[in-house]
Amino acid sequence: MSVRSAAPLKLASLAPGEKAARSVVDLAERRRQQAQRRRVSVIVLRVLVAVVILGGWQLGARLGVIDTFFWSQPSDIAATLWRWLTEGTDLGPLWEQVLVTMEETVGGFFVGSVLGVIFGIVLGRNALLSDVLGPYIKGANAIPRVVVGALFAVSLGLDIRAKIATASVLVFFVVFFNAFQGVREVDRNLINNARILGADNRRLTAEIIVPSALSWIVASLHTSFGLALVGAVVGELFGATQGVGELIYLSKNLFDTGGVFAGMALLAAMALVAEALITALENRLIRWRPPVATETRI
Amino acid sequence: MAPAIELRGVTKRFLTPSGTVFTALRDLHMAIQPGEFCAVVGPTGCGKSTTLGLISGLEPPSDGEVDVFGQPVKGIADGIGYMFQSDAVFPWKTVLENVAAGPRYRGTSHRDAREKAREWIARVGLAGFEDRYPYQLSGGMRKRVALAQSLINGPRILLMDEPFSALDVQTRSLMENELLSLWAASSASVVFVTHDLEEAISLSDRVFVITAGPGTVKSNYKVDLPRPRNVAEVRFQPRFIEIYEEIWKDLKDEVLVSYERQKRGAA
Repeated sequence: MSVRSAAPLKLASLAPGEKAARSVVDLAERRRQQAQRRRVSVIVLRVLVAVVILGGWQLGARLGVIDTFFWSQPSDIAATLWRWLTEGTDLGPLWEQVLVTMEETVGGFFVGSVLGVIFGIVLGRNALLSDVLGPYIKGANAIPRVVVGALFAVSLGLDIRAKIATASVLVFFVVFFNAFQGVREVDRNLINNARILGADNRRLTAEIIVPSALSWIVASLHTSFGLALVGAVVGELFGATQGVGELIYLSKNLFDTGGVFAGMALLAAMALVAEALITALENRLIRWRPPVATETRI
Repeated sequence: MAPAIELRGVTKRFLTPSGTVFTALRDLHMAIQPGEFCAVVGPTGCGKSTTLGLISGLEPPSDGEVDVFGQPVKGIADGIGYMFQSDAVFPWKTVLENVAAGPRYRGTSHRDAREKAREWIARVGLAGFEDRYPYQLSGGMRKRVALAQSLINGPRILLMDEPFSALDVQTRSLMENELLSLWAASSASVVFVTHDLEEAISLSDRVFVITAGPGTVKSNYKVDLPRPRNVAEVRFQPRFIEIYEEIWKDLKDEVLVSYERQKRGAA
């Protein structure tokens, strides 16, 4: 009681100007504390979600509700991961498998997005070319594209090229359509303004069209990295000697569902790390956009 | 001396998405002298902006001739500045890069362009904001950037398409005064499109009244108010009110025609 009544008394004794300054400081401080509290509660809730899901799973397995032969259990998965980490996998050290899959993914992501951006911008700028090629691209896009993995496994063999090719096909279409749309959506006013200011066609592309399409392109990179991972893993399933996908394939053949889940956990972790890297890249490339609250975005 | 801008018997038709032909301008005649500040007023949809598109060379006329300094317009000519109605500053460029764009596109070295841009940024009162991006500026400040961006190329003709219509009244009259002083220091001819008759009279030497679409020049009035003017005060002068009444009589009919048409279109 005494503490609570002391605060207004102290405020009242301050000069009016000082009082205003005080309350501004207080407000800023309170906001900071609120933000801090929110961050902590988000983390706590996130951990809680994991505990509920994994704990429920573990409990279900112990009680016999969940058949561990088919669905494994968190403790087995953790044990498998630990074994892979300390003793290595059947294919060799764990980091080597992760590295191989990462190489394939990044390679496919890079090749696919570069080609997608180039084709998207060229076709977006050239109406005749896009009219001629449009149906073919849409047709190719309609094919379930993972099947090209089979083709590449035969034509390019078991090495990394087949996986990069598969991943880049998956990435290409997503990036292509976004880049194409991005070029088409450029504000006519901006183009007219640049032309009046004296920009030639090359300048127009480099300084107006590409930067304007960039927010579309970068947005597509989030989705397409996941697809590159899909492509790399599918490529490995079609035939490989190393990689996380091959690890999953091997575990499946041994009816080791714990191994399958452990591989999935590895892939998820890789995707999350890549997602963070792409968000950092996005913030660097698109500094001119008003900042968005990244914490609440999924 | 040849007029700075001359439109002779200009007609402009557009193909609408539904396939019909829409006539925006019909047999329009207009001549603007070097260094003259002209306003073009008319009801909505009368083809005011289309006129600017024709003068700039962004759009060719369907019929008739457009001359700029005695030369027929073929594509975008040098010496033209254009301020658009909506924001047309480049959102991914800083204020400095936005203003420096014109000189750079015209072959000035990067360093010289930046130096010149700094001068112009200071001249429009944005010194200290060189490294901001447009989203970090207010609407009025973005208009200043657009103004500097157009004027840095030293245009002999400045086309303005309702550039201040999105601003609040106070900011707007500030910007109008600044425009007048910047214009006085140059020798550019200005074509200023607006639907606001008060703005038109307080800024210009001559006011063109355009008919309800398809647009053609109904009449033109000389504004003989002394310069330099303060746009916030000039509208209280008796002569201003006389001119206003005279032009408004003419404009009112066109506005009513356009309004009736819109009502019928909506019904």
